[in-house]
Amino acid sequence: MKTMKIWGCAVLAGSVALSTGCGGNEEAKSAGVDPQLMADSLFAVMAADRANYTKLIIKRLSAEGEFIKADEHWEDIANGAPLPAQMFRFGAEAVAERTDAFSYSLQSLWPINKQNAPRTEVEKAGLQYIADNPGKNYYAEETLGGVNYYTAVYPDVAVATPCVDCHNGHKDSPRTDFKIGDTMGGVVVRIPLES
Amino acid sequence: MKKVTLFYSLLTLAVLAVAGVWANELFLEPKKETFLIGETTHGHHQIELACATCHQSPFGGDDLLQDACVGCHGAELKQAQDSHPKSKFTDPRNADRLAQIDARYCVACHREHRPRITRDMGVTLATDYCIACHEDIAEDRPSHEGMAFDTCASAGCHNYHDNRALYEDFLTQHAGEPPLHPQPVLAAMQAYLEYPAATPAPPPADYPLTSDAAEQAHQQWLHSAHANPDSNCSACHGTGESFTEQPDALVCIDCHQPQAAGFLRGKHGMRLAVRRQAEESFPLNQALQPLMDPNQRLLTPMTPAQGRLPFKTEVAHTELTCNSCHGAHDYQLGLAAAVDACLGCHDDEHSRQYQGSPHHQLALKAAAGELSPGSGVTCASCHMPKVDHPHEAGRFVTEHNQNATLRPNEKMLRPVCLDCHGLQFAQDALADPALIHNNFSGQPRVAIDSINMAKERAKE
Repeated sequence: MKTMKIWGCAVLAGSVALSTGCGGNEEAKSAGVDPQLMADSLFAVMAADRANYTKLIIKRLSAEGEFIKADEHWEDIANGAPLPAQMFRFGAEAVAERTDAFSYSLQSLWPINKQNAPRTEVEKAGLQYIADNPGKNYYAEETLGGVNYYTAVYPDVAVATPCVDCHNGHKDSPRTDFKIGDTMGGVVVRIPLES
Repeated sequence: MKKVTLFYSLLTLAVLAVAGVWANELFLEPKKETFLIGETTHGHHQIELACATCHQSPFGGDDLLQDACVGCHGAELKQAQDSHPKSKFTDPRNADRLAQIDARYCVACHREHRPRITRDMGVTLATDYCIACHEDIAEDRPSHEGMAFDTCASAGCHNYHDNRALYEDFLTQHAGEPPLHPQPVLAAMQAYLEYPAATPAPPPADYPLTSDAAEQAHQQWLHSAHANPDSNCSACHGTGESFTEQPDALVCIDCHQPQAAGFLRGKHGMRLAVRRQAEESFPLNQALQPLMDPNQRLLTPMTPAQGRLPFKTEVAHTELTCNSCHGAHDYQLGLAAAVDACLGCHDDEHSRQYQGSPHHQLALKAAAGELSPGSGVTCASCHMPKVDHPHEAGRFVTEHNQNATLRPNEKMLRPVCLDCHGLQFAQDALADPALIHNNFSGQPRVAIDSINMAKERAKE
């Protein structure tokens, strides 16, 4: 498997706030980081933040709309809060503004927003694989726009009732029988490989 | 032989002289008229000679141009909840799409100096650009089957950037509204007018009233909103060695930052925002005080003669500053600033048709106290509406960027039109060129179908 050198500040630590320091040295740079390890680690942070936002913020504070109301159009509501999927996307967009050392997105075979359906062959294969093999991840390499990427696809599982209720009740949802624990989609992490 | 030598010597000198003049303009002069490669758009022609405002380096490429675009327009796009931000296109999964339209860069759609292919909003792409990504839209939206791909951005349907008044849930929420609400009032204007402003007694003038002119100015000041301890003569004119008879065109910045920021972003004031050090011109959200030094500014104020709309010839060369609309010592607000000032310069059909229009009638009645505050509709109600104060919750200020609600005109729906009108009526009106032409005297003859389409989908 190819390895990916991480130049300058460790992207993994710096970009997802695992650490506040840079701390790299020449030895660490030359050692490189296995892209699967990096992708797995990035996903660990993403999944933890996503689950925590869903359970600790949305589920707890939006019960019966008491304090906040999670809504797709949250900016138009006085006490509106972004849906967990939107929060995830905002994070991905913020990361994209800071670095091109990796990218990530939330996709699904049953997307509410059709733009979040798989587009590349690896995305299609990966999302199908994690849907067919609960609990397993999918790893592959692909070339997009002339750049080689290490692409990892992780299952995005329904962890709370708001996930299930929203997707089952949304008018644009192509699937309405989700249950807690189901794989509803996948997180696609892409890391450019050195040519 | 001597004649030939003389000829070539003169020719060489002439070439060197021309090259010297051009080199001087290219490298030393801040304004580079000779090198303007083509007519610029309506949004940029005011500052087209300040090349470095956009082209901050000859070797920056699209990334540097992008910085300039974002420097001026970035905050507005963020506020508009841009539907197609750059971050949507930097994901490698969209690499194939970028091969068609590199939407990471503003210039992919808005290329300057291309007058022959420039359309509304400064768009230089073919009108069917949406097809690049949304060719299969009919699969998700059967109602879109058969629609031409150059109709996506028809008024009332979709905008590329700002869809805050056009998204499906918003449309269904506003379905069935009457053309005119039972108690039509511009809420922000009403709140602005009813804000409990402190009215301390005016202090004695801190300038000797030893001339008729000074006394006249004092009397005007006493009857203005500036008649308070914070706005004495010295606030604008200075004192002692810093006293000046003619305060700078942007002296108002000191006390009116949010208003000045809007003015400097719009067509009225953008020339004054260009600094001699071009790289410092933008973004405009930085401290504006340096602009109060005329030596920091590259360009003179805008004049109607420099505009591209019809203007009254008698004011063609009048420089446009804060005082153009508000006066100086009499500091005008109300109809004087919100109608009379506009019509003092603007002479296009839409402007001329305002007088006598239903909106004008309301403005006159509201000004006379016959209607509640906020019931009148002036030029400024639509083109310079009241908006949230950027720093003080519950307060409102005037958006002085006259273009903020016009790119495109659906941006006017939420902050203005919907306070008084139903969405369907307002959409139809804004999509009707004839109605805009006669300043909304009559009923719209255009019917936008987007609300009905959203309702139908909701039923499904």
